[in-house]
Amino acid sequence: MAKRFSAILQLVLLLAVGYAIQMAMDAELINRYYAHVMTIMAIFVVGAVSLNLINGICGQFSLGHAGFMAVGAYTAAIITKNPDLILPAIFTGNIRFILATLLGGMMAALVGFMVGLPSLRLRGDYLAIVTLGFGEIIRILLLNWDFVGGASGYFGLARHTNFFAAFLLSIITITIIRNFIQSSHGRACISIREDEIAAETMGVPTTRYKVIAFVIASFFAGTAGSMMAHLTQMVTPASFTFILSIELLLMVVLGGLGSISGSIGAAIFLTYAAEALRAFRAYRMILYSLLLIFIMLFRPKGLLGNQELSLSLLRESFKNLRARWRRKKKDGITAAAE
Amino acid sequence: MTITQQILQQLINGISLGSVYALMALGYTMVYGIIKLINFAHGEVFMIGAFVGFFSITKLDMGFFPAMFTAMIFCAILGVLMERLAYKPLRNAHRVAALMTAVGLSMLFQNLALAHSWIGASAKGFPQVFPLRKFELMENVTISSDRILMLVIAIFLMIALQFIVHKTLMGKAMRAVSLDKDAARLMGINVDKTISFTFALGSSLAAAAGVLFALNYGIVVYQMGLLPGLKAFVAAVLGGIGIIPGAMVGGLLLGVTESAVSAAGGSMFRDAVAFAALIIMLLVKPTGLFGKNVREKV
Repeated sequence: MAKRFSAILQLVLLLAVGYAIQMAMDAELINRYYAHVMTIMAIFVVGAVSLNLINGICGQFSLGHAGFMAVGAYTAAIITKNPDLILPAIFTGNIRFILATLLGGMMAALVGFMVGLPSLRLRGDYLAIVTLGFGEIIRILLLNWDFVGGASGYFGLARHTNFFAAFLLSIITITIIRNFIQSSHGRACISIREDEIAAETMGVPTTRYKVIAFVIASFFAGTAGSMMAHLTQMVTPASFTFILSIELLLMVVLGGLGSISGSIGAAIFLTYAAEALRAFRAYRMILYSLLLIFIMLFRPKGLLGNQELSLSLLRESFKNLRARWRRKKKDGITAAAE
Repeated sequence: MTITQQILQQLINGISLGSVYALMALGYTMVYGIIKLINFAHGEVFMIGAFVGFFSITKLDMGFFPAMFTAMIFCAILGVLMERLAYKPLRNAHRVAALMTAVGLSMLFQNLALAHSWIGASAKGFPQVFPLRKFELMENVTISSDRILMLVIAIFLMIALQFIVHKTLMGKAMRAVSLDKDAARLMGINVDKTISFTFALGSSLAAAAGVLFALNYGIVVYQMGLLPGLKAFVAAVLGGIGIIPGAMVGGLLLGVTESAVSAAGGSMFRDAVAFAALIIMLLVKPTGLFGKNVREKV
């Protein structure tokens, strides 16, 4: 009971902090550019954490996360732009936006189910190529769909997303995905990552869990897409390309496959880095791909591995460091004595 | 134009397009057969091959065949380097790590090409090295000289590959390694060398495919490897991944299906066909047309 209470307290505190930041933004205490970047960070946290559920926790390999963001973004954009399409006209303003975001997420989840089921049934790497293909196909279909503006994109969306909305979404995403990982379902997913054959032998329905994780991740990708669309007030087929999928992948890898806190940190860091390195845009992707290759070669589990960043981890590593230092000193003394 | 003529014409288009897919699919399938890795960078090897051929012709004034040969040699070396530097250290790591490295390499090559001052973002016209002639096989059924060339070279390379795989010692080693790596090593086969050789072979085929593709479509651009790469992979899966004749048949099948769909008025969805074919294949017979169901051993 006390544990649950402290968890709720933590959540409330976090939300209060988020709200305070939003108030500071409204009062223009925080520069508008920074406010924009912080909102993007929060959206990328949603994208990275949900991708981590597939790539890090389940050990599968999706390359089409941007495609699911596109599905969510376009679905939500169609709903908010057309006041009597799909949802009845009584829902207006922010309520409509929230419902549209949810529906965008559901649409992405549905598409995720259709894409995931045939490819996740199989062991091996089919998911990677299917999701890669899916991302491309979505882009081609959107380019040719005149109702949403084709290649020039879908413009004139209302600006519903503010920092607090994105922050709230990221908190919800993190909470749900963390709870999922810590549940028996999550443990089943981890067992699939560690050894799929062994997991199956122990009676874990591997396909079902892979599909569940994939659908959850697609849902949150869809909501993140909706947030992004209503932040930039437009969606174009070019906003959700393969490059975005790679960026999200790099966030997951950089933070550590299976580490939620790692993904959060990496999402914030890489979004910041992308802004700071705007002058070197042409070389950004070269840098990213080199980073991806080198991390995989030298730390295949990602920088943090699957550890969560927490106070106890810090304390632990500090202790280890101190112990090592002591040992070294002792070794030095004995060496000197000899 | 009667319906038979239409069908024949699309069959010709499809087979010549499919032969390029087949050449690329061979690279995917051989590498997958031997180290169970989808080499995502294969499409970029195709692109680099096309550019090496392009620059050999435009900057070095080579003829078409020497240029294609240069591209094949260049990409063979590139393939070996790729394998040695990026994939070999990860051979025993989790397969997702190797896959991510492959994706990283693919992005790296694409963006290096984009940033390179010789290549850049804009598409370049591939020179028309041979005078273009159209032959009328029947009434309303034509085939261009470039297509004939593409088909002849592709078939020649496939026969050469069959010869290497089935008649040479290295081919025997390749087959042995793909069957059982550890047993092959115990039999005194140099597994590392064999894997490198496989990469060299696959990459040179991709380079040849790239040059032929560029000749046929008349352009080279840094992103040209993405979609053909994806489709070639689908072709490999259609035929049964890891099976060499399967890749050839899969490539031809995909090429024909694609031209049939674009002729039927769905040229917009031409690129979606391969994807749909992949999904259907995975649902119906994931081991591919020629694949046997292999029980997994622990």
